[in-house]
Formats: sequence, C-alpha cells, structure tokens
Amino acid sequence: MNLVPFLISGVSIGGQYALIAVGYTLVYGILRLINFAHSDVFMVAGLVMVYMTTSLPMQYALPIVVVATVALGFIIERVAYKPLRTAPRMSLMISAIGVSYLIQNLAYYLTGGLAKPVTNLIPWISDTITIFGQVTKRVTVITPILTVLIVIGLVALIKNTKIGLGMRAAARDFEAAQLMGIKINGVISFTFIVGSFLASIGAMLYFTNFPSVAIGSGGMPGLNAFVAAVFGGIGSIPGAVVGAFIIGICQELIKGLGASAFSDAFTFVLLIIILCVKPTGLFGEKTIDKV
Amino acid sequence: MLSDNILRLEHVTMQLGGVVAVNDLSLEVNQGEIVALIGPNGAGKTTAFNCITGVYQPTEGKILFENNAYISTSPVIDPTPDEVTKMGIARTFQNIRLWKSMSVFDNVLTAKHMHAKHNVFSATFRLSHAEEKRMREETAELLKEQDLLQYKDDLATSLPYGLQRRLEIARALATDPKLLLLDEPAAGMNPQETRELGEFIVQIKEQHHLPVLMIEHHMDLVMQFSDRIYVIDFGRLIASGTPSEVQANQKVIDAYLGVSDNE
Amino acid sequence: MLTDKQLRRKQFILVLAVCLVVLAGAIILDATLPSYHIIIKVIKKGAVYATVAVSMNLLNGFTGLFSLGQAGFMLLGAYTYAIFSIPVAQRAGVYMYYDGGIVQFSIPEFFAGIFGESFGTGFGMIVTLILAGVIAGLIALLIGLPVLRLKSDYLAIATLGFAEIVRALFQWAKLGPLTNGSNLLRAYPDFKHCTAYILITAAVVAIMFLLVNSSYGRAFKAIRDDEVAAEAMGINLAKHKRLSFVISSFFAGVGGGMLAMYMGTVQALSFKSAMTYEILLLVVIGGIGSLTGSVFTSFVYVAAVEWLLRGLDSGKFLGISAPGIFKNGFRMAIVSILIMVVVLFFSKGIFGDKELHDLVKKQPKKAKEVKKNA
Repeated sequence: MNLVPFLISGVSIGGQYALIAVGYTLVYGILRLINFAHSDVFMVAGLVMVYMTTSLPMQYALPIVVVATVALGFIIERVAYKPLRTAPRMSLMISAIGVSYLIQNLAYYLTGGLAKPVTNLIPWISDTITIFGQVTKRVTVITPILTVLIVIGLVALIKNTKIGLGMRAAARDFEAAQLMGIKINGVISFTFIVGSFLASIGAMLYFTNFPSVAIGSGGMPGLNAFVAAVFGGIGSIPGAVVGAFIIGICQELIKGLGASAFSDAFTFVLLIIILCVKPTGLFGEKTIDKV
Repeated sequence: MLSDNILRLEHVTMQLGGVVAVNDLSLEVNQGEIVALIGPNGAGKTTAFNCITGVYQPTEGKILFENNAYISTSPVIDPTPDEVTKMGIARTFQNIRLWKSMSVFDNVLTAKHMHAKHNVFSATFRLSHAEEKRMREETAELLKEQDLLQYKDDLATSLPYGLQRRLEIARALATDPKLLLLDEPAAGMNPQETRELGEFIVQIKEQHHLPVLMIEHHMDLVMQFSDRIYVIDFGRLIASGTPSEVQANQKVIDAYLGVSDNE
Repeated sequence: MLTDKQLRRKQFILVLAVCLVVLAGAIILDATLPSYHIIIKVIKKGAVYATVAVSMNLLNGFTGLFSLGQAGFMLLGAYTYAIFSIPVAQRAGVYMYYDGGIVQFSIPEFFAGIFGESFGTGFGMIVTLILAGVIAGLIALLIGLPVLRLKSDYLAIATLGFAEIVRALFQWAKLGPLTNGSNLLRAYPDFKHCTAYILITAAVVAIMFLLVNSSYGRAFKAIRDDEVAAEAMGINLAKHKRLSFVISSFFAGVGGGMLAMYMGTVQALSFKSAMTYEILLLVVIGGIGSLTGSVFTSFVYVAAVEWLLRGLDSGKFLGISAPGIFKNGFRMAIVSILIMVVVLFFSKGIFGDKELHDLVKKQPKKAKEVKKNA
C-alpha cells in the first residue's frame, strides 16, 4: 500500500492544525481559558474568504479576510471575555461556549444555512504540482513551510518585543504582571489578534483543499487543533506545533489504512490517553496545587 | 512498651519542587497535650501539616498514629486525606476554607457524612431517616456547645471572621477526631480574641479529651496555652520543650531575630 | 415566626400544588388536542430537555465537575432504547443492510406478551428507558475511572472527546448489526400522550431533588465549594465524583431514550457537541445549582424555539411582516443573543441556586403578628 500521498497530506493538514492550535495555546497560556469560539472564528474566516474571493480581486479579498477575522477575534475578547475577568473560570468557559453557539447561529442566518462552495480558488497555491511522484496542490507543500516560518516569526516576536514580554509575564503570573504595570488588557487583546490572524491564514490554506465551507466546518479542525495544543502541552507554542504535525500525520495515515471513520476518534483516544498519563502534555510544565 | 503518644513523626523529609521544605523532622504529640509547632515564615510548618494529613506524600520517613504507621515511604503507605480524617485526624486551614454556599448548619452536618452508614440509595430515598436525624441532632448539639446555634441558617461566609474560625473548628470536631490539627487558628485576630481562642482550645481539649497540634505565630497564645513546643527553621527542628525552655533557647532567639524581623 | 415544620409543610403544599396543576394541564391537553399538535410536541420535547438539563446540573452545577459529555451519554441512551424496543417484525426493514440485525427481541413486546398489549408495552418502554440509563451509567463508570482525575478544563475536553468517540463508533459499519451503522433506527414505540413524558420527567426531577438534599447531595456541594476542604473532612473525592458522574449519566441516558422516542428516528450523526452546549446553556440560564431553573428554562426555551418564535423564521412575527429579515435562522440568532446577554450580565441565571419551594420564606413581618396574637 502506498502511504506516501497520505504522509504528504498529513504534513500539510498538520501545518493547518498548527496555525489554529497556536491560537488556542496562546489564549490558554494567559487566560487559562479553552477558547471554544476559536474554531468558529476559523470557520468565519473560511466563509469570508468564499464571499470575498467571489466578489473582489484577490489582492483586496485576502487582506480583507485577515482583517475581518482579526476584528472578530478582538471583538469576541472585548465583549464576551473581558467583562468576566474576575469571574470564576467556569463562567469564562460558559461564555466561550455561548459565543461559539452565537457565531454558528448568526452564520447560519447570514448564509441561509447552506454550505458555501469554494469556487474562486486562490491562484498559484491551488495549482497542481508533482512531488515524490504524487500529484497534489501546491498549497500542500506550502502549508508546512509557511507554518514553520510564521511560528518562528511569532516566537521571535514574543522573545524580543515589549508586548511579547508582557505576554510571557501574563502567562507566568497574571496578577503579578498586572501589579508590575503591564497593561494586561492590551496584552490579552494582542494575544487574540495574533491567534485570529493565524487562524485566518490557516483557514485560507485549509479551505483551498475543500469543496465548500459550512457552518460546522470549523468544528473538527478546531477540536483536532485543540487536542494538538493539549498534546504538546497547552501554553507551549512549540508544543502546539509539534502536536499538530503528529496529529495531522497520524490522522491521514489512519485514512490511508482504510479506517477513515476513526481518524477523528483517534485524536480523542490520544487525548484521553495523554491526559491520563501526562496531563501537562509533551512540553508542559508541572504545577503543584497550593493548600 | 507502648508509649501514650497519639501522633509521631519519624525523620520526615519533604521536597517540593527542589526545595527541602521539611528536613528530617521528628516530633510527637501525647494524649491530653496541646503541642505547638512554631517557626518563622516559610519554615515548613504548613508543609509538615500537609504531610500529616495526607495531602503530600513525604519523600522520606514515616508517620505513626496511635503507634501504627499510616504514612511511610518504605513500604509505601500513601493514604488520601479523607482516609487520614477517617482514621481520626481532623484539621483546620490557615486561610479559612468553609463551604461558602452552605449554611453554618450544613457545614457542620456535611462533616458528619463520612461516618454515616447509609449508601446513596438509602440516603436519596430517605430509607435511613434515623441516621439523618441522629446526624442533625449531633450537629445541633455541637453548634450549641460552640455558641453558634443562633447562626445555624446563615451562610457560613456571612459570619464575622472570628466566628468563621470557630465554625471551622466545630466542623473539624464533627468528624469525631482523636487528634485536632489547627493551622494558625489566631491568624488575623486581636489580642483579646486571641486570648479567648486560647481558652476555647483548652476547653475543647478537656471537653472532647482531644490532643491538639497547632501551628501558630502569636507567641502569647503559644507560650500561655501549649504544653510543649517544637521550633523549626528551614524545615529543620531547632528546638523543643516546654514554653519556658524554648523561650530561653539561643537558637530560637537567633532564628526569630535573624530571619524575620517582624515577629 | 414560622417554625421549621410549618415552613416545610407550606413549601410542600406549594410544590405539590404546582405539580398537580401541571399534571392536570397535561391530561386536559392530551384529551383535547391531537398528538401531532405543536403544543403536545413542545411539552414532550420540553420534558426531554428538562430531564437532560437536570442531569447535567447535578454534575456541573451541584458537584462542580465541568463535563461536556452529555451528548455522548444521550446517544448511548437513545440507541439502547431504539435497539431494544423495535418490534421484531420491523427489524428486517430497519436493518435492511444488516440482515435484520443481531438483536432479535423487543422488550416492550416481551412485556406486552405478559401484561397485555397496552399496559405491557408501556411498562416495557419504561423498562427499556431504565436500561438506557443503566447502559449510559455503566459506560460512565468505565470512562470515569481515568477521566475524573482530571482538573476542570481538562475534564471538559476529555468528556467532549469521549462524546465524539462514541459518535464515531456508533456509525462504524462493523457495528452495523447492532447499531445499523450510519443508517437510521426507527419504528420503535413512542408514548402518544405528553402526560407520560411529564410523569417520567417529574420522577427524574423528584429523585434528583431528593438526592441533592440528602447527605450525598451535601457532600457533592462540599466538593464543588472547596475540594480540599471536602477531602480534609473525610469525603472521598474519587468515590463521590464517580457517583455523581454515573448518576448524571444514567439520567442523561434516560433523557437520550426519551429524545429517541420523541424524534421517532435515531442517528448517531445528530448527537453533536452542539447538543451538549445547548443543554449546558439552558442549565446556566436556569441557574447553576437550581433544578427548578433547569426545568423551567427547558420548557420555556423549547416553547420559544419550536413554537412561539417560529414567525421569526417565516417572514411574519407579531403581525410584523419583514421577509427580508425574518428568514431562516433569525429565530436562533435572536435566541443565542439573548443567551449571551444572560451569560454576561445575569451570570447567576434566572433562579440562582434557589428552588421553587424557596418562594415560601420565613417572613419577619408575619412573625410579629404571630407574637401579638399570642
């Protein structure tokens, strides 16, 4: 059996998961919140892409996708999470679920509930090429390279800039960072902006390979990416990326072995195993509860 | 020959994330005693409590209750905190940990849950009515004894601070302990309240025939009301004895004057 | 002042009165309306949602375990009910791709053979619903062993993952002889009258009420309020969390079985995480820790979405005709905005942690009058 095409698409899907997973891991690192709405932001990016590319030339359409997605991420944080800064964590998680529910229902209303076909593909990246004797789209090859480059850029940003320092401080000790004069709201907004930006890139790459975008399209890639973030050790950017590639490749290989019904279930089996064996994931730090 | 100590720590060491919080600590509490464990901030007192109550498993050493080792590293005996409580060691917390959505009455009543013989079926369908009635009567009695009965329907967290402390002790007593551990019972109290608390502790000891081990910072309380004192610093035992012996100990004076100047 | 005993009697009378009014209403509606009438449908679906919401409240509200596996347990219940209650004669048709399936008996038919057609079938359906709960509870027992050791959000994501695994598993072609693969299960019996649904839900709520007000219920609340203190007071965390998880899943399974009845067909595909989210939001809006809130909100929500707000989707609402705005999906968009408003600004929900009987209180005003009279 030839598994090479599945390996290639696995690496590609892994890259797309990584771009979503970083958004989860950044937010979790700072707010300790599973941002359930993140997969819906990803879905919205896909929808906006479909609408924009069919009505505007590419050079305008793509930046608009990015800007709209970033704006959505920013607004969600300001409206649904910021007012709950001092509330129990459960309230925050419930709010995230509420936002997810709201976005899906709004998207259903605005799109009429039908899956939107991806008709105007982004040129160049959707051309077919041949690699290792396999015919595939160029996006398959570009995705992992682009992902790695973006993540390296992100890590450099966090290491070397003032806002990056703020993010690291807030992730380490939220209250202390606040006391040290770090403008925590700015840092959190920036985190959501970065996460949504990556999700918009991920959506453009991901949906290029799909015939259509539907209301539920964000769900499975979102959950897979979240599992990748947990698997890698939530809060850790390299962890999220490594986890995403591992999950992407494993899923595609499972499909290659003829058990496609279980490619998503596999993710969750992996999740439950890792949570039970090493809850902090591959790269996560261990914490001790204070009594 | 059996000694009459109720609790004995033998060479207990506890490492927390690379820090040795408790270092080779040995101590004992005898029947009828009030024993104090004192030391500067960060000396490892609460960590020692957490070892005794099963929250942490010590990295080395063993702990005996009524001359039976219930926590040890070889062979490994690692009970959960509820098992330790069931055995007869009850505790309070440094930062009060009452159940905040429950009434004063329910806080104490719930501590009686573990000794009840009902199962979830008989409790749900009220087949063990007599048991519930007994638990409620005992709770009312305990609250009356602690002068808290008038507040029984109030939310536990709506009580004034001093009464919350007292309620936490009442809740610990509701587990029918054989040994009571108090973690800084006088924290945040003024001298008047502290003295009343001391008398209260003595009263509990006599009424319930209950030995007490407490961590405390208020020296007046410790010196006036405890029978024996253990002093630790950097996790290590530096002195022990009666209040007057400890007061005269040069190491103790050094530790308190040298390490922290707010004592 | 009212003594505790008088107070309790007054509260009991209030609750009993409300229950009797609801029951009488259901019986009258059943007698006057055809079973396909929207009001009967709303009551049936409301009862299903109330059952599941109450079960979720036990876990998330009273025990403080943030679990998102409800859809998975409902699926288990729904399939159990369907698989064991399809009449034998119908199985060849339902399991047409799997030679009639491997289960070749029907519990309601079995009891119909013993107790007669009408009573026996109904009795058998109840037995099958209980079996649905038992299966869900057993699976919860297994999955709970590893999963319940996890802390808050990890527990949430692991249970969510569990539900997805169950969903994939039940669509697997190799399990087809049992689950009919990705095809529908249908042709199983349903209660014609909404009174039956009301009675089942009332029984579930009553049991839940007794549980949360028992010694075990207090232990659950202690765990929710402060896990460390609960453990230090001798409450075995593992045991009590498992207990709450299994009981909650049992009733989610019963609710899933009721949902199967109500819908008439079952397909694993439809038990998505969105279903769990929907129920969770109902629990939150009703008030986390209030059974009354869960029940009340379930009925109001179902009535609004399935009936009262229908116009928002079909062009005309409250006499206003605006087909451009009132089109497909507008109803749910409005409802989800309302939900967000409650989540953000009324985080305690409608009932907070109060119950129906708390409407009767010890009133200081009355106390004075009593003293005067005496």
